[in-house]
Amino acid sequence: MHELSVVMSIVDIALEQAAKKDAVIIDEIELDIGCLSTIEMNAFEFAWKQGVKRTILERAVKKVNRIKGKGHCSDCDHTFELENLYDACPFCGGYLIGITAGKELRVKSLVVS
Amino acid sequence: MCATCGCDTGATITMHEHGHQHDHSDHHLHEHSHKKVVDVEQDILHENNLLAERNRGYFDAKNILALNLVSSPGSGKTSLLEKTLTDLKGDLNFAVIEGDQQTTNDADRIHATGTKVVQINTGKGCHLDAHMVLHAVQGMKPVQDSVLFIENVGNLVCPAMFDLGEKERVVIISVTEGDDKPLKYPDMFHSSTLCIINKTDLLPYVPFDIEKVKANAKKINPALEIIELSCTSGEGLTTWYNWLKLKAVAAMPA
Ligand SMILES: Nc1nc2c(ncn2[C@@H]2O[C@H](COP(=O)(O)OP(=O)(O)O)[C@@H](O)[C@H]2O)c(=O)[nH]1
Ligand SMILES: [Mg+2]
Ligand SMILES: [Zn+2]
Ligand SMILES: [Zn+2]
Ligand SMILES: [Zn+2]
Ligand SMILES: [Zn+2]
Ligand SMILES: [Zn+2]
Repeated sequence: MHELSVVMSIVDIALEQAAKKDAVIIDEIELDIGCLSTIEMNAFEFAWKQGVKRTILERAVKKVNRIKGKGHCSDCDHTFELENLYDACPFCGGYLIGITAGKELRVKSLVVS
Repeated sequence: MCATCGCDTGATITMHEHGHQHDHSDHHLHEHSHKKVVDVEQDILHENNLLAERNRGYFDAKNILALNLVSSPGSGKTSLLEKTLTDLKGDLNFAVIEGDQQTTNDADRIHATGTKVVQINTGKGCHLDAHMVLHAVQGMKPVQDSVLFIENVGNLVCPAMFDLGEKERVVIISVTEGDDKPLKYPDMFHSSTLCIINKTDLLPYVPFDIEKVKANAKKINPALEIIELSCTSGEGLTTWYNWLKLKAVAAMPA
């Protein structure tokens, strides 16, 4: 359940940002979570419920942008959607693939008051 | 807030809704007028990554080769350490950080080899993070020109996400685990630099297609090095020792 540590880090970031803006309530939070970021969404939802209790995020509406994995093949120079880390390049069958998207784990924005 | 290093330990922090300064009579006005959008764009693992870089800088400055050992429970991390610490005692200086949820059994096993060891108990936490390692290192003060082994909590999922500041990540699987491990836990194989396949002495007794495992691991990470060995029979240990010595030499310029 590393998802719980991730939620706790989000709480820390939210708290820090809210303090900077002199805010006491976070109404909304927008997160980017890449499809290759090792976050299991069911576990994340569960961890979220536990983790935000009695914190500034308790009542925040959470919006999650799932960002699709993208790979770039060093052999044939193509860029393509990558569903699993073990998938081959669909153009040449090679495995020398650099990940260009899908690893995101980011607090994108907040609405505070 | 952690007093020693000023970093946040991630405990639940409570905030009272009326914590800020203003007269309560203007409360409603205040609430309805103050909605703000804040562009944050901050990496959630930022704090861990900063501390990991700090660890890495410390290791580099002291010519310490730090290795993060990850595997499922029971793959043979501690056994490999016991062998290595005993066999290479005269060749290299070692220190060990042991990560476990509860017990100090593994630290006791390492201690028995005469090696400096620090135990981190993570409780419910299923992985080590850079903050824990920072404090363990502050406590043990590993010597200049040494090899620091960090045995992570037995788990092939969570530790993949947390950079500890290590130079090499070593993933260990054993032949009793089923040959679909790399495909089931691709992140760990993707983020590791060396894969050790342990317990090869048991190959005659289990259905484990070692070539298939190697091929699958290479699909995920073509640069992954693979060493097959057995802590019990000693087969393949020399290859591992040579790999380790090579890395140690690179980390410790004369
Ligand atoms: N047959 C065999 N058993 C091994 C080998 N290496 C470790 N073991 C056994 O596997 C079990 C778990 O080993 P341990 O080192 O505690 O695994 P860890 O949880 O990854 O630290 C122990 O009973 C070891 O004796 C090996 O090469 N061959
Ligand atoms: Mg162990
Ligand atoms: Zn986890
Ligand atoms: Zn974890
Ligand atoms: Zn290609
Ligand atoms: Zn600290
Ligand atoms: Zn108020």
